[in-house]
Amino acid sequence: MMPVVLWTDALIYLLVISMALMLYFQPADGQLREALRRLYQNKMGIITGWILLMFTLLALLDSLHYRPVLPDSPTPQYSIEVMSALDAVLQPLRAHNEKTYSAPLAQHLYVKENVTLANGLVVRDYPRLNIAQTPQPEVSVLLLRGTSWGMAAILLIWLVMRLFHVRHTMGAGSWVLIIVLLGTMLLISLAGHYHILGTDKVGQDVLYSTLKSIRTGLLIGTLTTLIMLPFAVLMGISAGYFGGWLDDVIQYIYTTLNAIPSVLLIAAAVLMMQVYIETHPALFDSSAARTDFRLLFLCIIIGVTNWTGLCRLLRGETLKLRELDYVQAARAFAVSDMRIMLRHILPNLFHLILISVVMDFSGLVLAEAVLSYVGVGVDPAMQSWGNMINAARLEMAREPVVWWPLVAAFSFMFTLVLAANLFADSVRDAFDPKGHA
Amino acid sequence: MMAYLLRRLRDAIPILLGVNLLTFTLFFVVNTPDDMAHMHLGAKHVTPQAVAQWKTEHGYDLPLFYNSAHTDIDSVTDTIFFNKSLRMFALDFGAADDGRDIANEIKTRAGPSLAIAVPVFILGLLVNISFALMMVFFRHTYLDGLGVVLAVVLMSISGLFYIIAGQFFIAKLWHWLPISGFATGIDAWRFVLLPVLISVVGGIGSGTRWYRSIFLAEIGKDYVRTARAKGLSESRILFRHVLQNGMIPILTGAVVVLPLLFMGSLLTESFFGIPGLGSYVIDAIQAQDFAIVRAMVFIGAVLYLVGLWLTDIAYSWADPRVRLS
Repeated sequence: MMPVVLWTDALIYLLVISMALMLYFQPADGQLREALRRLYQNKMGIITGWILLMFTLLALLDSLHYRPVLPDSPTPQYSIEVMSALDAVLQPLRAHNEKTYSAPLAQHLYVKENVTLANGLVVRDYPRLNIAQTPQPEVSVLLLRGTSWGMAAILLIWLVMRLFHVRHTMGAGSWVLIIVLLGTMLLISLAGHYHILGTDKVGQDVLYSTLKSIRTGLLIGTLTTLIMLPFAVLMGISAGYFGGWLDDVIQYIYTTLNAIPSVLLIAAAVLMMQVYIETHPALFDSSAARTDFRLLFLCIIIGVTNWTGLCRLLRGETLKLRELDYVQAARAFAVSDMRIMLRHILPNLFHLILISVVMDFSGLVLAEAVLSYVGVGVDPAMQSWGNMINAARLEMAREPVVWWPLVAAFSFMFTLVLAANLFADSVRDAFDPKGHA
Repeated sequence: MMAYLLRRLRDAIPILLGVNLLTFTLFFVVNTPDDMAHMHLGAKHVTPQAVAQWKTEHGYDLPLFYNSAHTDIDSVTDTIFFNKSLRMFALDFGAADDGRDIANEIKTRAGPSLAIAVPVFILGLLVNISFALMMVFFRHTYLDGLGVVLAVVLMSISGLFYIIAGQFFIAKLWHWLPISGFATGIDAWRFVLLPVLISVVGGIGSGTRWYRSIFLAEIGKDYVRTARAKGLSESRILFRHVLQNGMIPILTGAVVVLPLLFMGSLLTESFFGIPGLGSYVIDAIQAQDFAIVRAMVFIGAVLYLVGLWLTDIAYSWADPRVRLS
């Protein structure tokens, strides 16, 4: 296979690496460690943190792209289609494509077709699904099997831990892990035999699309703030610290950007980018590169509409900080401006930046769905909850109702956003020195 | 005060110019009018004549900033920047791609938008403040804790879900109200009720949480302690003193969005088929009608600045300590 590194892949791994480095080389004053300890003692923080970690792992797996080798060709040839490690893991879900809709755990298609019976008679009936061609075990048998696998796995982990004398007390985090482990085992045991969440209009497994959408949601939630973060921090601090004409210019920039309704600015920019992509097809060698460029651009443009709030907040805080005694003292000792900003101001703004990044996340995940509905979201070819909802909402008018794609997309999105909201509250409580009620 | 407000008005001009320049850059410099013509005419093999004709029809066949064909004032005015951007200051938005006058369209569509947005605004404010006050009244009890959790859950649900679920259950399954559409006059209430209801419910989560934090901050202040020391009952403190003082940040926060109510709501209007400005924008985006998007960006910016202006006035009116100078 041939590895493919998309722009967003590179950025997301850069982000993970820099976070790991930050944790490893944390400042010696131990404030970060203290805050993390507070976060770790918060039950809600732990539970939601683990859930978010699971989502992140799926997204990271989905960010390792490659082009598989085509079978039976003499010289190695690579497929046009870009796959990810997650696709390989989810192969059982991809193996059986149906013609169109089928309900969760169904054995027959949603619509009637001409079916040839064994005696040569042609009748109009619901045909058996591709996945149900081989005899399917009962759902209850599979559930039981999955549960026992899960139990066995938990027992194994417990034994290994006893064997190596790992001390462990059961906390909230362990329970989340146990539930996730059990759920995964159930899914694995069901996956090869049933479409657990049904199939969508083109017969693709809905569970597969939802899992693939996680990456899109997470990327929009994180990259958007992080791409513009350096600008927001730099401009906010220098506007507050230097004041004068620089302050005027920066205030002018963010008031102007704020004045434009953000949906309209995003729409205008995305429309223009569409024209650009269509008139410059040579720049994008594959459809994956094109959808990826569009995703990255979307992150940037949402970031442009979004950074002004943080910038204004940092400016205000810097205005207060620079009047404090220790900053004045540093000035009196002729410490350079650059050094004062880096050593005395930035560390005192760190918690604000972190809290704002975490707080923004959930709103951005929700915004993706809305933007996709408006038609200025991610590429229509990309797997995303917004696109899933958009494709499925018209099917609500059918009889019987096709509800499963909507329910799947909404419930995954809800889980992620709720976990992120609760986690953000825990982070704020743990990192804000002033403390909250 | 008058001088202050006038000065703010003057300060708005460079911001509007900046907005104009930004949209102009987006629409005409990043992609040339030729690109747009190709985009609109669609087919791969477009003749140069067709492109030229499209540009002439839409008034894009002029130079961007400086027209060297003229020597007098026309060298500046007979350009795309002047015709398409600067003219908006005189509220002259030109025609949309389908030939209709944008300004006229905006005038007729503002009504339906307001018919939804104003009730949502007022009802939302009332409902959220009542819930927030109730939670603060029962603070440090399970009721408050439950309310906080419920608020987080409500605000974690996508706005699309509220609309789709509401339309499905209330309109399609139970036939209580029409699923979408609009009527003028008194008959409009049947079409307005469902979108308003759904929008208000959708906003409860974040609104209640926000107002609760405002009231909680207020209740920790000295005047509350004084009131308690005087022996006032807890409910009297909350509903008279805290409510009154908490209304200052709430009202001034609400005033900012007041002018933007004209713009309507993108999602609600397009889902419910309300012929307002929100659905106008969505239709324009989907039809790639750049003239409309440009006009709406400009109007949105103007309304935002008016909102800031009103906030200043509201502040000095609500809080006598604030002096505008």
